[in-house]
Amino acid sequence: MTTLISASEQTLNLQQNRRRRMGLIFLLFAAAIWYLFASAIEPDAITTFRLAPGGPNSPIPPWELSGRNALNIVAGFCALLGAYQFMRGFGNLTSSMMWLIVILFAFAFLTWAASGKSLNLAGLMTATLVRAVPIVIGAMSGILSERAGIINIAIEGMMLGSAMIAVLVGSLTNIWIGVFAAILTGGILAYIHGVLSIKYKIDQIISGTVINIFAAGITSYISAKFLQVYQELNSPGIVKPFPIPGLSELPVIGTILFKHTWFVYTMFIFLILMQVGLFHTRWGLRMRSVGEHPKAADTLGIDVIKTRYRSVIMSGMMAGFGGAWFTLGSVGRFDEMMTAGKGFIGLAAMIFGNYSPMGALGAGLLFGFADSLQTKLAILKIPIPSEFLLMAPYIITMIALAGLVGKAQLPAAGGQPYDKE
Amino acid sequence: MSGEDNKKQESSTSVFLEEISRTDSPSRFGKLGQVALIPILAVITGLAIGAIIIILTSESVYAAFGNSFIGGIQEAFSVVYQAYWSLFTGAVGDPAKIRAALQSGDQELIRRAFNPFFDSLVTTTPYIFAGLAVALGFRTGLFNIGVEGQLYLGAVAATYIGYSFTSLPPILHIPLALLGGALGGAVWGFIPGWLKAKTGGHEVINTIMMNYIAIRFTEWLVKGPLKRPEAQNPISPVILESAQLPRLFGDPIRFHVGFFIALAIAWLVWWYLFRTKMGFDLRTVGANANAARYAGMNIVRSTVLAMSLSGALAGMTGANEIMGVNHFFVSSFSPGYGFDAIALALLGKNHPLGVVLSAFLFGFLRSGATSMQLNAGIPVDIISVLQALVLAFIAAPAIIRTIYRLKDPSEKEAALAATGAGD
Repeated sequence: MTTLISASEQTLNLQQNRRRRMGLIFLLFAAAIWYLFASAIEPDAITTFRLAPGGPNSPIPPWELSGRNALNIVAGFCALLGAYQFMRGFGNLTSSMMWLIVILFAFAFLTWAASGKSLNLAGLMTATLVRAVPIVIGAMSGILSERAGIINIAIEGMMLGSAMIAVLVGSLTNIWIGVFAAILTGGILAYIHGVLSIKYKIDQIISGTVINIFAAGITSYISAKFLQVYQELNSPGIVKPFPIPGLSELPVIGTILFKHTWFVYTMFIFLILMQVGLFHTRWGLRMRSVGEHPKAADTLGIDVIKTRYRSVIMSGMMAGFGGAWFTLGSVGRFDEMMTAGKGFIGLAAMIFGNYSPMGALGAGLLFGFADSLQTKLAILKIPIPSEFLLMAPYIITMIALAGLVGKAQLPAAGGQPYDKE
Repeated sequence: MSGEDNKKQESSTSVFLEEISRTDSPSRFGKLGQVALIPILAVITGLAIGAIIIILTSESVYAAFGNSFIGGIQEAFSVVYQAYWSLFTGAVGDPAKIRAALQSGDQELIRRAFNPFFDSLVTTTPYIFAGLAVALGFRTGLFNIGVEGQLYLGAVAATYIGYSFTSLPPILHIPLALLGGALGGAVWGFIPGWLKAKTGGHEVINTIMMNYIAIRFTEWLVKGPLKRPEAQNPISPVILESAQLPRLFGDPIRFHVGFFIALAIAWLVWWYLFRTKMGFDLRTVGANANAARYAGMNIVRSTVLAMSLSGALAGMTGANEIMGVNHFFVSSFSPGYGFDAIALALLGKNHPLGVVLSAFLFGFLRSGATSMQLNAGIPVDIISVLQALVLAFIAAPAIIRTIYRLKDPSEKEAALAATGAGD
């Protein structure tokens, strides 16, 4: 009995510790907003946020605010949230509150950076979303396989390989067959990852490395041998943006959200499907059980091996979809190593978003924001080198992994081959 | 945590460790050929598949097949021969040229004829360091994907010491810069090691993140504080002559003493791992963390130590490149030694001697590939494909066994033991 009581006391203590720690972190954010931004703005400086793309003649009037006052209010609000979290706790809403504070922090940063100047907020938001697309798709790809217990560090390689195939097939036939071929390529590469790690039980990190090195080599090889020589093989055209009728006419939001290519809309559909599928359907439950405790899942009659194959192939197809975005969805040509580590940032976003699709969206948007901001730094004359902003996603992922801000929960059986005894 | 360690050890990496530790005993030394069989077959199979890729992507082969079947086959062979021959001559030199140069007796010509061989040794050197770094991590059960980032930090540290410490004699300056490089890499290895030991944060993810941080960070350094004042591009000043690793022959041969330093370090790593108590601790933690814990070994210390040492070796990779070849830091100086080193270490079965041998293979392949691109029109990137294939075959020996109908040695031993003929 005594052990029971002490055990439950311990969990209670742990919960309390976490609640207090989060409260302190909230308060820290509030203090940072006040000290770094609010008090650093000239008292009378006006921050102007333009809310429509294009020149100053746009129909939507810009949003002008007195930076210092606004940020004092924001800091005060964050402090209130922090105090409540410290005393009472938001319970299940804690992580939502954390996201709210992160958004407010970003807003405070922009207000400070643009004080006395004008910043195209709508343009920045649009760029953030666009830059988040490959990261979020990469993260979704990672979730699909890691939730089933297969660590997939080969997202980068799968994206790269399918980006090239998309261009090659797209140039020879048409864009849509190119997209299809890219998804197929991702699936095939993932199948190889699956065979190596499930059938031959290679360490999943090694088999992921095999895919990455192979994809980097073969794409650069074919690019140098064919794509750079025969330009007609490297000009598949590009998927045109498709403004959604009606919705795209909405002020501000319309431009930010509804004037993209269908890649972006499909990404959102996948996000919703995955969020519901993973946590509210039998399919998701089975997949997660295979990732958490394969032996128990097997005992209940779930085919662990088959589920893992299916999940890793889906993961590859998702990465293939992301690969098609790199070429057909954005620049319309293939360049060597063009994924430039986006697959790995996707992996980071997956961890930072705690292996949930919505978390991945949040993390992807945050990383996309850091990415799109670094192009504006020079205009805003912010005294931060762009390299440090580009480092930010990696650093905060390491912080998340270290468990400073609530621990990222790896699926328990991640990385282990399954032996049926 | 313990359950995770336990399960992880059953994965294939540790199977290699077992295989290698068995071969360490002197009684089995005669079976070295058997140990090397799978790696050798893996390389041969890799080259064969590489040949198929070369044929499939060759336009002249398709054209020849259009004319006649026999012609197509002939063209396919000639294309592969041309590619691999120029790979070979690019790596070790053209025998005809060497003979002619030796007959003429002209020093300059001889140096030119032997240059490809020595240039391959120059490429081998960083591979030895980087391969040792990955192998040391593997031996402790740690997957250090961060060698690339660590070698950037090592390079930048060595560069800084190399140009800013003036009026030092080479005998002091060179070791100082090398140690600085090792320290830079060690710091970058220490962080993920410490995070792994203290918070359980997976070292693979953390080292991947630290790679990108390192590349951005050094990019910033060389744009700002370490920038060469008179240069347009972001490059560092040239290091002083007293910090440059001496070259042993005249131009154009770039061969420098770093090669011998690498060999010495390889011996040192072997001695540390297999002849000291600390090395034994590391290997035990790598082979079976639970057993090590029960034996009272300090897992935290071993993890942090192994990652720091691995980082130090990686840092020396970068320092060696700067001090021996480049002489200044520029952001893209490494063609991915750190990533190649993963395949290399596994090919060498994470044994220092194996690492040195595989480093020769990788160095000569990488160096010969440049001439293959020039002379046969085969892009160098085919080498990466080859490395990926070799890595896959090494990691899954079952594939090689299936192709060549080899018996699984563990099965054979079990059968022998069952009949009592094992000894």
